[in-house]
Amino acid sequence: MTGQGFPGKLPNAYMTAGTSSFSEFLMQVAPEMLPGRRPLPPGDFASVSAHATTIVALRTAEGVVMAGDRRATMGNYISSRDIEKVFPADGYSLVGIAGTAGLGIELVKLYQLELEHYEKIEGAPLTLNGKANRLATMLRGNLGIALQGLAVVPLFAGFDVDAPSIPEAGKIYSFDVVGGIYAERDYDSIGSGSIFAKSSLKKRYHRDISTDDAVKIAVESLYDAADDDSATGGPDPTRDLYPVVMTATAEGSKRIDEAVVADVARAVIAARTENPYG
Amino acid sequence: MAMQFYTSPEQIMRDRAEFARKNISRGRNVVVLSCADGVLLVAENVSSALHKVYELYDRIGFAAVGKYNEFENLRTAGVRMADLRGYSYDRRDVNAATLAKAYAQTLGGIFSEQTKPFEVEICVAGVGTSPEADELYRLTFDGSINDEPGYLAMGGAADSLKEVLAEGHDFEAPLADAFALALQALSSDGGNGTRRELTTDVLEVAVLERARPGRAFRRIEGLALEALMPSAETETESEAEPDPEAASSDGEAPDPQES
Repeated sequence: MTGQGFPGKLPNAYMTAGTSSFSEFLMQVAPEMLPGRRPLPPGDFASVSAHATTIVALRTAEGVVMAGDRRATMGNYISSRDIEKVFPADGYSLVGIAGTAGLGIELVKLYQLELEHYEKIEGAPLTLNGKANRLATMLRGNLGIALQGLAVVPLFAGFDVDAPSIPEAGKIYSFDVVGGIYAERDYDSIGSGSIFAKSSLKKRYHRDISTDDAVKIAVESLYDAADDDSATGGPDPTRDLYPVVMTATAEGSKRIDEAVVADVARAVIAARTENPYG
Repeated sequence: MAMQFYTSPEQIMRDRAEFARKNISRGRNVVVLSCADGVLLVAENVSSALHKVYELYDRIGFAAVGKYNEFENLRTAGVRMADLRGYSYDRRDVNAATLAKAYAQTLGGIFSEQTKPFEVEICVAGVGTSPEADELYRLTFDGSINDEPGYLAMGGAADSLKEVLAEGHDFEAPLADAFALALQALSSDGGNGTRRELTTDVLEVAVLERARPGRAFRRIEGLALEALMPSAETETESEAEPDPEAASSDGEAPDPQES
């Protein structure tokens, strides 16, 4: 199959059997399109791109809840007030990103396609563990540029359709820049405000929490993070901007309606006006 | 150096075409048709794991007859092409015509360059905003590309299936009616007007749903397929009205309730 006389035909690499992974395919045919494969001159480049900040994820009785604030910063400058950092990874899982915003969003786009591509080629989706491991593998390719200041750290959570029972189906995985993967028992947070968000969740979280309550404490934990971390944005009623909150349950992954989140956020603000220390 | 016997290009091409056609004609049939609810893809397939009908992209489906490993190869290449295109541009920049043209070039290249052509016939189907905007392309082993709006049939008895479809096809028909027509076409391939009974376990059904945002491809399996199978009353009803001839041959069919 030389293909000389047929310039419009599908290249041989497309026709090669083997990988079900889109990123592996990309590595063969268009490596320049992979995030993290671009050669950088030596130095630290942390200041060239916006930084995405705080994401929280909680296990609930029905699955998982993930929420993220809307701020991106470049140093002490707020580069975006309405960035979205929580995404559905596929029909049953969610992914949030912190760190270099441009790379993180590109990584999420590639990751969503990775899961979809596998599902189309194989005819069945990956298991939840498989999805998390795949994300870790993709992160490892970014290590070089991560060490030069362009680190991306995702948070992955999903509903495991193979779990023995629904209360056990929610799972959360956190990662580090080298691609280490850690299963979290109850809740986790990433980004600059994560210390404050986790402290907030520590006081409010309990196992088998309902999804509605989990949405409330997730929004409240982001409020606490924004309270103490300048890079995390709080709810913004003047511009009508509220955190992005998503759930993954037996019904699949979906975004909580913005109006519902706005009500929850306004209730948090009202409660804090009464009692600033929650 | 060994001397090769001269064979005329006509002879070579004829032999290859005959070889491919002969093997494809042994295969079971696939029907693709557009209806009000989307594009319906129905295949007769005894295997539940080796599919003949697949998703390529958001609004694009794929159906094939012939040699499994060969059309599987083409399908994988198509998914890769579609995903790469959507990743580098935008999801809306992936369309059925581009994929069909790439398949045509590929099949044409293989047909004229290799000793053995691919023994496949494939369909690239794109669902549009209206039934008239649906795109159905049929591609044959030699790279010929046919734009067949409305309906198409592939496989051994494609011609007789097409007659049935031509008679009953309606762009505005709901999904259930389109499925009944597809079933009628697939079960009419016995020749001489005899009909075979097709049960859910030999049918592979999928639909590109027009109203569904994003990925429109949905397999209809299990209970959903059982529910779609025409029951005894509706079958006589739906067939008695448009076509009295079909209704008369209907008497020979065993009770569909058995399925």
